[in-house]
Amino acid sequence: MKKLTGVMLASALVATPLIAEPVDDTLILNEDVTLVTRTAAPAHVADVMDEVISGWHFRGTETRAMQADDFDNPGMIFVEQAEDVWNTAEGSEGKSCASCHGASEEMAGVRPVYPKYNEAAGEVRTLEMQINDCRENRMGAEKWKYTGGDMVNMTALIASVSRGMPVNVAIDGPAQSTWEAGKDLYYTRTGQLELACASCHEQNYGNMIRADHLSQGHINGFPTYRLKNTKLNAVHARFKGCVRDTRAETFKPGSPEFVALELYVASRGNGLHVEGPSVRN
Amino acid sequence: MRPNFLAILVLAASVQTVSAGEITPTAVVFTDGSVEESLTGLPGDAEKGREIVGDKSLGNCVACHEVSDLAEVPFHGEIGPMLDGAGERWSEAELRGIVANAKMMFEDSLMPSFYKTEGFFRPGNAYTGEAADDTFGPLLSAQQIEDVVAYLSTLKE
Ligand code: HEC
Ligand code: HEC
Repeated sequence: MKKLTGVMLASALVATPLIAEPVDDTLILNEDVTLVTRTAAPAHVADVMDEVISGWHFRGTETRAMQADDFDNPGMIFVEQAEDVWNTAEGSEGKSCASCHGASEEMAGVRPVYPKYNEAAGEVRTLEMQINDCRENRMGAEKWKYTGGDMVNMTALIASVSRGMPVNVAIDGPAQSTWEAGKDLYYTRTGQLELACASCHEQNYGNMIRADHLSQGHINGFPTYRLKNTKLNAVHARFKGCVRDTRAETFKPGSPEFVALELYVASRGNGLHVEGPSVRN
Repeated sequence: MRPNFLAILVLAASVQTVSAGEITPTAVVFTDGSVEESLTGLPGDAEKGREIVGDKSLGNCVACHEVSDLAEVPFHGEIGPMLDGAGERWSEAELRGIVANAKMMFEDSLMPSFYKTEGFFRPGNAYTGEAADDTFGPLLSAQQIEDVVAYLSTLKE
């Protein structure tokens, strides 16, 4: 507690002015591709909000600028590291990701549709689950830790080649029951503070909670490079942090609860462009 | 760097224990959201209450509420109404009820219940992310609730 308080006080001294509204701005990546960062809410959330807005609009001027240029985006360093790993053979089969998939750019279009129902496995899978399935069953390599560095870097590489494509996860058919479980969790008030995802990101986006400007909590920008911890942060690590902050016993990264929640949260952002790796404070 | 996300809602830093003569969290009587009887039988200390309302490791009420009287405390939230004039709008009994368990006054309120120990979904051990253990107690002690009520009563416009 002491340490956290110190961080609060230190940062209070360099406080930026508090602007409560999402900033009116356009995200043009590398002065080339214009990304959709606000759009009409998809039908399944239209009863609670008209418009879905990327977390990018809720961050400060410098943070937004950093994300707009790959040379300034610190997350891109990790994308480059993952590119090396992509091309490196590992495991008993002597294969790399590239052996099966070709160039990493071939992954364009994958990030927008994950989490996704996997017919053969009979389950909804996140990108992380799919990556580990390839590592174990095709490469004969060790699984990566769910939110570990190798994993989050690889998800950044795979997201980066889909930037500018709209998130479009399927929520019907075999994915529907998982989506509904995720929706339940989104509206469940957890912990001693009894706050749900919806309490902050649906009912209060645009408002300040202490020094934080609440966004709609979308995941189209994941993984996010956070200036706070100077590394890439995975979706489930963020979920864990938000649940912990309700003074709750959290779920584990990779747990069925968080997989379901990820599908649901992703679906709320259907239509927003993939931005990962984004930059956040 | 922006302020640490982890610290936004750091409330009670230490575990609160109930001492003799106090009304326990499960024994508080609410009437239309109000609590008539003092939880400790002792008067509240408004000066201490002021600290609890502003301190992020205590009540951290300013995470959600703006209070002009606490202008020296940085970053006031916008989740709940401004507390200026709360002492005029509400009686002492009403304020006690709101702080002890706001959900008795305002249905489904987002405001945490500061003197409640039961009925949570996956209660944790403070901000560790681990399950609550047998040290679990209310967010504020009975006397701290009284101190906060005494402070709120001084907020007149
Ligand atoms: C106590 C308030 C609170 C609750 C409850 C909460 N969050 Fe958050 N969340 C925040 C804050 C503050 C941030 C950082 C600012 C922002 O992006 O909104 C954040 C950020 C996020 C982000 C990152 C958004 C981005 O663009 O970088 C995601 C995703 C997220 N939350 C999802 C969730 C989910 C899912 C839940 C429920 C399991 C949840 N949050 C519950 C306060 C909360
Ligand atoms: C997570 C957010 C949150 C926190 C933390 C919080 N409150 Fe509130 N509070 C609210 C909301 C929201 C309302 C509005 C009532 C409603 O409709 O739920 C409210 C209402 C009130 C009211 C009545 C406001 C009026 O004047 O009409 C008082 C008094 C109050 N809160 C005091 C406190 C005190 C004292 C603390 C800390 C010990 C505190 N609150 C902490 C969210 C919060």
